[in-house]
Amino acid sequence: MTAIIAASFLYVPAIPGFGATGETARLIIYHVPTAWVAVLAYLMATVYSVGYLLTRDARRDRQAVANAELGTVFCLLATVTGAIWSRAAWGMYWNWDPRQTSIAVLLMIYAAYFVLRSSIGCADRRARLSAVYAILAFTTVPFLVFVVPRVFPSLHPNLGAGSERVSAMSPEVWVVFLASLVCFTVLYLWLQNIQVRLQDLQAKRLLRSVD
Amino acid sequence: MSWRSKSAAVCLKDLRLEFRMRYAYSALIMFAVTTLVAISFTLAGGLVEADIAASLLWVIFFFSAMTGVSRSFVQEEETGTSIGLKMAADPAPVFLGKFLFNAALLLSMAMLVVPLYLLLFNLAVVHVGGFLVTIFLGLVGLASAGTILSAIAAQSAVKGSLLTVLSLPILLPLLITATNATRTALYGGHLAGIMTDIAMLIFYNGTVLAASLLLFEYVWNE
Repeated sequence: MTAIIAASFLYVPAIPGFGATGETARLIIYHVPTAWVAVLAYLMATVYSVGYLLTRDARRDRQAVANAELGTVFCLLATVTGAIWSRAAWGMYWNWDPRQTSIAVLLMIYAAYFVLRSSIGCADRRARLSAVYAILAFTTVPFLVFVVPRVFPSLHPNLGAGSERVSAMSPEVWVVFLASLVCFTVLYLWLQNIQVRLQDLQAKRLLRSVD
Repeated sequence: MSWRSKSAAVCLKDLRLEFRMRYAYSALIMFAVTTLVAISFTLAGGLVEADIAASLLWVIFFFSAMTGVSRSFVQEEETGTSIGLKMAADPAPVFLGKFLFNAALLLSMAMLVVPLYLLLFNLAVVHVGGFLVTIFLGLVGLASAGTILSAIAAQSAVKGSLLTVLSLPILLPLLITATNATRTALYGGHLAGIMTDIAMLIFYNGTVLAASLLLFEYVWNE
């Protein structure tokens, strides 16, 4: 797994020749996978939160936190890469484009989630309340997808079929782009695995110190 | 007792408490009026543009609602009555009762603040019906999300001050929609636009209420 990641990191930057739509378009190799992983990690955080409430298994809570943390890291990366591209393509770093608005709200939700966690001392109560908050927040996210574009017009390119910018992507870029997508997903799974194992060990040590 | 009469009993208990103490209501009214007057003063009577007037109303509503709603569970924890309430009723009726009380509180606040707002900002409403329905649905939504989030915040170490942080991202879709509808209602525009916003508010309130009813059990029971 480490080998795949190392290879992808050596291979992906080695394609500056394949400018699809100008030089800045190369950022898509990083931006889209980080955004995809952020959404995936947040989704998994919600799934584990539901799992925690159903089973009351402390491991589910640790998995939910690990995913929320990873989601936030990747979400920040997606925001920063997006802002850099936005500066190059639209002339400003931030203009409340619907995508920027919804990603900012996602970051705010999980910032509030971490504040909530840090303000509760009792571990059971912390796990229970933060799981409820994560689920509640997740149910309102789809509204943003519908509400925000009605108020703020979007310039964000879509990856859907028929979009002219995407059809301008050459096959070489597609190969690297898809490889990057796969590699970022694997990187996420790997990091998540490490994080959960680390937290498991910490919980075990805490238990032993109590005994 | 049936489910419905239990919820009504919880709501009536809070209303009776409120009539005796006027704790939340006076704080809520004073907060809203102070903010309104402060904004009006700092604008020095200048004319306010369409975008700004509508957003100001919802900023005032949001922050006042958070001060008013935050008391509902903190008070139960402080007086030690939460255990009694847990024994007397199931989680769902407690949630519904608290929600009805909070909605009543916010709507009564709006009855005073909205006329004052129209007066101080020198506004005339074009679509009166749409304006009133938007305010009603928006405040009901603030009450529903505020109720479950204040139950969460009441169990944390910092209590009240956490509520605003927790609720802003969750209430943002509601605030954006309500502001948009208010803007259309105040300054004219297609009635169809308000209708879409109102439908969105109804869906939002329904979703948040359903999710809260399902999740409240996990917040309320240890």
